Amino acid sequence: MNHEPTVQMPGQWSTFAPNVDFIFYFIYWMSVILFVGIIGAALYFVWKYQRKPGVKAEPTGHNLPLEVGWTVAPVFFLALLFHWGFRGYVDLTVAPANAMEIRVRARKWSWDFEYPNGAHETNNLHVPVNRPVRLVLSSDDVIHSFYVPAFRAKRDAVPGMYSMMWFQATHEGTTNFFCAEYCGAAETAARGEHGEEVFSGHFSMIGHVVVENDATFAAHLEAINGPPTINGVVATPAQWGAQLYRSSQCYTCHSVDGAPGTGPTWQHMAGHPVTLTDGTTVDVDANYIRESILNPQAKIVRGFQPVMPTYRGSLNDRQIDALIAYMQSLQ
Amino acid sequence: MSTHGEEDLLNTNYLKAGTGVKSWLLTLDHKRIGVMYLVSIIMAFFLGGVFALLLRLELLAPGRTIMTAAQYNRAFTLHGAIMVFLFIIPSIPAALGNFIIPVMLGAKDVAFPKLNLLSFYIYVIGTIFALFSIISGAVDTGWTFYTPYSTSTNSSVVSMTMAAFILGFSSILTGLNFMVTVHKLRAPGLHWRRLPLFIWGMYATSIIQVLATPVLAITLFLLAMARVFGLGIFDASLGGDPVLFQHFFWFYSHPAVYIMIVPGMAVVSELIATFSRRAIFGYFAIAMSSLGLALVGFLVWAHHMFTAGISEFAAMLFSALTFLVAIPSGVKVFNWTATLYKGSIWLTTPMLYAIAFLIQFTIGGLTGLFLGTLATDIHLHDTYFVVAHFHYVMMGSTVMAFLGGLLYWWPKIAGKMYDETIAKVSFALVFIGFNATFLVQFIMGSRGMPRRYYDYLPEFRPYHAFSTVGSWILGLGFIVYAYVLIKSLRSGPKAPPNPWGSAGFEWASESPPVLANFREVPTITRGPYDYHLTTDEELFDGFPEDAPKKA
Ligand code: HEC
Ligand SMILES: [Cu+2]
Repeated sequence: MNHEPTVQMPGQWSTFAPNVDFIFYFIYWMSVILFVGIIGAALYFVWKYQRKPGVKAEPTGHNLPLEVGWTVAPVFFLALLFHWGFRGYVDLTVAPANAMEIRVRARKWSWDFEYPNGAHETNNLHVPVNRPVRLVLSSDDVIHSFYVPAFRAKRDAVPGMYSMMWFQATHEGTTNFFCAEYCGAAETAARGEHGEEVFSGHFSMIGHVVVENDATFAAHLEAINGPPTINGVVATPAQWGAQLYRSSQCYTCHSVDGAPGTGPTWQHMAGHPVTLTDGTTVDVDANYIRESILNPQAKIVRGFQPVMPTYRGSLNDRQIDALIAYMQSLQ
Repeated sequence: MSTHGEEDLLNTNYLKAGTGVKSWLLTLDHKRIGVMYLVSIIMAFFLGGVFALLLRLELLAPGRTIMTAAQYNRAFTLHGAIMVFLFIIPSIPAALGNFIIPVMLGAKDVAFPKLNLLSFYIYVIGTIFALFSIISGAVDTGWTFYTPYSTSTNSSVVSMTMAAFILGFSSILTGLNFMVTVHKLRAPGLHWRRLPLFIWGMYATSIIQVLATPVLAITLFLLAMARVFGLGIFDASLGGDPVLFQHFFWFYSHPAVYIMIVPGMAVVSELIATFSRRAIFGYFAIAMSSLGLALVGFLVWAHHMFTAGISEFAAMLFSALTFLVAIPSGVKVFNWTATLYKGSIWLTTPMLYAIAFLIQFTIGGLTGLFLGTLATDIHLHDTYFVVAHFHYVMMGSTVMAFLGGLLYWWPKIAGKMYDETIAKVSFALVFIGFNATFLVQFIMGSRGMPRRYYDYLPEFRPYHAFSTVGSWILGLGFIVYAYVLIKSLRSGPKAPPNPWGSAGFEWASESPPVLANFREVPTITRGPYDYHLTTDEELFDGFPEDAPKKA
């Protein structure tokens, strides 16, 4: 197994990558041979039988064995491809019973991963090495598709249904995952950490798959439920909130410096009144913020579309508290 | 009971029979309608091409290069929608087919000339809807309009789906007209076994157009209903199924792939026969494989959906059926190659395009095997590998056939010759530019670069940059091609009736043909490729100086 990428293929990081690549290269070399054979012959004929004065084309005859031959011969080759392809596909779709289950929720434009212990993470998937992992995918809005090239695995996340995929990683390290089904983009750019223009959309639904050993994986699951440590010191709630603002992708719709965006800016938001679409005014207190995060469609701020996804289940109480602390600090 | 004046009119050059804008806009002459289609689709191709160049420019470097993400999404949607619905579907059938089919059949016109004009105006109305959609905010759904994205985006989806809906009717009526024409208006002696392969191909295409396009119409209609009235058929929260849309959509759009490629194959069969001066090897197999593709093409739609959660059984079935389509395509390639053997090959620009077609179609076809094979498709689906694959088939094959076919029949259409040398320069640019643009995309794709990405990881940068430079060469090639046509119109020498010395029936007409195509109804006594039954002198009919120089 080759963990490094080759010219044509990403590194092989899962149990089925070598098989997929074997089929890929088999078709590739068969194609090269056929291509060189057919096109080589065609170009040779073009050169050899160029029109010459006094030489006429030979009338076309019939050659039944030849015609039957090249109609039937490919059938065997194609049947072999079909057979290998289908067997590989069954491997890819049928997960072993003992696989660890991770819930994956897609939404514009981020991925939420829920581990068996209830911990959540955005755009970062940690998995243990050499263990089968089953992903149960769903989508909150449009169709997305979870794609890990190094695993050779891909599956659509469709609203209104669960779909499954599985893999067993064979190599420790960090690789990329992508969204493979087109799902749009924000009309306007958000601001990045250094004030740069950040567009989000289909192309930004990418992240890292971190394959690690059992101990590191278990420690990671413990850690993501609590506040992070920054330079060796446990973060304050506001600092943690600031980090969640980025890691949970709130920044793609909300600015913190008054700049316009898909959602209202968080600057001077907490503690101030806000007007809703029905004309009423409410105070942005902790309860309102909490409701806005868990049930965003309940009250819509005037001048905005009801496009904010719910974070029910994906942010826990302590994380929501941290976000509220952060918003309150933005005065 | 025709008077002497009408007789004269029927026997004048179609370009001169009637002058003024009205004589064009209200014409029932299939040749003029073909020319009007030609002008329209060339404009559509230009517009779609500008979007393509903008997309490639944006992708030159990661991050924002010239446009925002939302603009990029509109640009690739419009590129796809314009190229598919406004350009490639009508390209060979409605433009070249309209002009050539009746002449090839020895008929005065298509079976229903008024219906033909109606098709053209339906096309124009569809185009107006599409342009309206573009200026009123444009669409960002991709040309595939997948739900629920297309039912939830606030871009201008309804007008664009209406455009495709209307364009579909144009396509249906054209198909119907051609089918009846082929059945009813063949000249005496032109029985089915003498039918030119171009006609066989157009006939097969017409069957698909008539049978598949209504499904697209219904699908897009349901989509518009979902947007306007909240109809829940594709909406999971109302008990509908978003994947159902994909089934409906591909039930049309996969056969539509054959609406796009079979005409290309049809043109190439003519080009290879004429410029090898030899009947196509396995004539019957090629004719039947066009019909075969038309039929099997209806049974493979779900191979676009292997990752969409269809059942394992369905995946197995559709993979197997997909491999079945490989056979007629392969047979055609073998036949064309065998035709070259012991021919007398004349490397004109149209023939160069036919060879480019052969090369690129072979690549397009062979890379299809990676996608029909389930295990590898899972990895390659929705990556640049697919983008490269279908560009090799659509652009590398159909567009090459169109470019070659247009130059081949140009003397008949315009009555003038074009400049071979400059045409060869444009061919070289198009060929190199095309392959430079798309060959690297296979590598990008199998390395894991998903399609429809506005931004990308730095590791893909060299490939994207290379592809973009290729697109500039390609663009330049098209500009030179346009120059060749314009130069010919302005100062090209008058074309003889049969500049290529082809045994094809359409070359027995004058260049350009008279309004009634032939002064008297021709009687067909041999096949369209029976070079052994004719002499050069006869074929080059009165202009033997165009024949290959005798020793
Ligand atoms: C897809 C864009 C989007 C994302 C991502 C998003 N929001 Fe929102 N949010 C909105 C929009 C639009 C509104 C205004 C409409 C409404 O009230 O639902 C809003 C409103 C809010 C409000 C109420 C604001 C006010 O002025 O009353 C809060 C609080 C909020 N979001 C918090 C969050 C948090 C926390 C996150 C990240 C965990 C987040 N949002 C992620 C789009 C988004
Ligand atoms: Cu997505």
